[in-house]
Amino acid sequence: MEAFLNQLPIGLSIGAVLLLIALGLTFTFGQMGVINMAHGEFIMAGAYTAYLLQDLTGRMAVIVALPVAFLVAGLMGLILERAAIRHFYGRPLDTLLLTWGVSLVLQQLARDLFGAPNVQVQAPTWLQGGIASLPYNRLFIFGLAVATVIGIWAYMNRTGAGRRMQAVMQNRQLAAVSGINTARVDQRTFFIGSGLAGVAGVALTLIGPVGPALGTYYIVDAFLVVVAGGLGQLRGAVIAAAGLGLLNSYAEFWSDASLAKVIVFAAIIAFLQFRPQGLFVLRSRALT
Amino acid sequence: MNLTRLKGPGLFAAVAVLALVVAPLVLEPFRLGLLAKYLCFAIVALGIGLAWGQGGMLVLGQGVFFGLGGYAMGMHLKLVDAQGDLPDFMIWSGVEQLPALWKPFANPVFALAMVVLGPMLIAAVLGLLVFRQRVRGAYFAILTQALAAAFVILLVGRQGLTGGTNGLTNFFDLFGQDLAADSTQRGLYFVVAIVTGLLYLGARQLVGSRFGRLLVAIRDGEDRVRFLGYDPARVKTVVFAISAGMAGLAGALFVPVVGIISPALLGVVPSLELVVAVAVGGRFALAGAILGAVVMGYAKTSFSEQFADGWLYLQGELFILVMTLAPKGILGLAASARDALARRPRRPTAPKPPPTDDASGRRVMEEVG
Repeated sequence: MEAFLNQLPIGLSIGAVLLLIALGLTFTFGQMGVINMAHGEFIMAGAYTAYLLQDLTGRMAVIVALPVAFLVAGLMGLILERAAIRHFYGRPLDTLLLTWGVSLVLQQLARDLFGAPNVQVQAPTWLQGGIASLPYNRLFIFGLAVATVIGIWAYMNRTGAGRRMQAVMQNRQLAAVSGINTARVDQRTFFIGSGLAGVAGVALTLIGPVGPALGTYYIVDAFLVVVAGGLGQLRGAVIAAAGLGLLNSYAEFWSDASLAKVIVFAAIIAFLQFRPQGLFVLRSRALT
Repeated sequence: MNLTRLKGPGLFAAVAVLALVVAPLVLEPFRLGLLAKYLCFAIVALGIGLAWGQGGMLVLGQGVFFGLGGYAMGMHLKLVDAQGDLPDFMIWSGVEQLPALWKPFANPVFALAMVVLGPMLIAAVLGLLVFRQRVRGAYFAILTQALAAAFVILLVGRQGLTGGTNGLTNFFDLFGQDLAADSTQRGLYFVVAIVTGLLYLGARQLVGSRFGRLLVAIRDGEDRVRFLGYDPARVKTVVFAISAGMAGLAGALFVPVVGIISPALLGVVPSLELVVAVAVGGRFALAGAILGAVVMGYAKTSFSEQFADGWLYLQGELFILVMTLAPKGILGLAASARDALARRPRRPTAPKPPPTDDASGRRVMEEVG
């Protein structure tokens, strides 16, 4: 029981990070049909932002970095969208390969700028320690994810921009003829989604070292969250991320790290037998 | 006699002469070995060309099948070298008894059969489970990639069973031949080249058949094909399994040619690199896949010999350029150049996305499914 409880915060904080990463993916995928493999490198950019801010702000770097990393990663996403991805709308498989090329370049860039070895970001002192088996840093990440979900929910349902985003996601043509500037909505979605990856990167500095390949460890799992949660579905992403995070940490605990990924993969395939389009489906009459 | 009908076979014959007569005469053994390595990748690429270019299934985990074939072969070679004893790496990691999984691989017939059947079986099961539920397009691509990631972690974690990160290496004997001898390596080159040629012809035959037409039709409009009464899941599963079998065979040939099989050769990145190669060569033609694999293999060797880091930049940028400017790859560029020379009305270099069901021309996220 003790061990069972110990795994819980680990699993939930992995799920929280996956959620932050997957939110951006699920919206860009659901709204624009873009599979952004460079998303992982936005995570890395966020993490390195915290690392660089350390010189200025010392141990408060993680806190200061949250908004800064959001902006940095968001801008990177915006540039990528404007420069390349917008020419590829409607061809998801091509965007996948294109952005993979971008991700290779960004990784190598990070290697040249910051060096290949991993670097550390010092967590604020008040995040060290914990209550009983709940480390503060994991709690912080969990709280960050909860706050983000509330923020995104409010954005989508309570602001005009968010409603326009939902409209475009549900039916692009109808949204366009209703006077919504879909190109602008796409840009905004991309900015927010990429920015969240940057935030996830900052969160990751609390639980591990930062390296040029940081994003690659999480991107595949984050995509699995999208697949299991359903396209563009906030609820789906939340549940799938929590499920996948917990499954990951308990599978590692009960078997070992090398089998855990195989178990997770098998679980996803089994899950797709019942819900081939993920937990929640955006109903549409469009014929594919 | 129609001249254009002769052009294809003529070109094939010319390439065959180049590969089987000129290359072995001109190239020194080291370079010939490299060419054999590229051709192994070309076989995997051929399978990707079949599944992706013709069938629209983006397979991002062919490294798994390449690895299954390679490890099947490697296990057999290891057991032969050990001569009834334990393979060397098992002794180092403290394994005392030969694992049950290894035992049947001492039999060469079983090992060779598993090279092709193992990957095909796994692909068939996965394909059936996934395609039957109409999981396709990007979803399928992501799943294959996740499979590759999981497979590598599994291989690395099972040190005693698989050799861990080092993989299987130090082979000496190939069916009674000394593996290090130049003559063996030369013979291996011929085997690889001939297998590549035969598989290419077979794949062409498949694409030209009724079945192949069905495959292309599924790529361009899966639901329509289903409405006509066909079962797209079955067709896709068969083709996915064939491409997996090709990758397995390539892995098995790769092991004696290069002398190692390890997780680093078959993870997410190597699998994607081969997809890149297919795109560079030209994904809509099977020859493009082979061309792309050889060209990219050569480029990788020659560039990383000179500037190791530059290769990643170059590969990334090359890929961005190909996807934006020439989505049909080298073969597409060649075709446009030929058209331009012939002063025929030029085909657009950037092709429209495959035709969708949508007559009104609206943006259809077709591949998302």
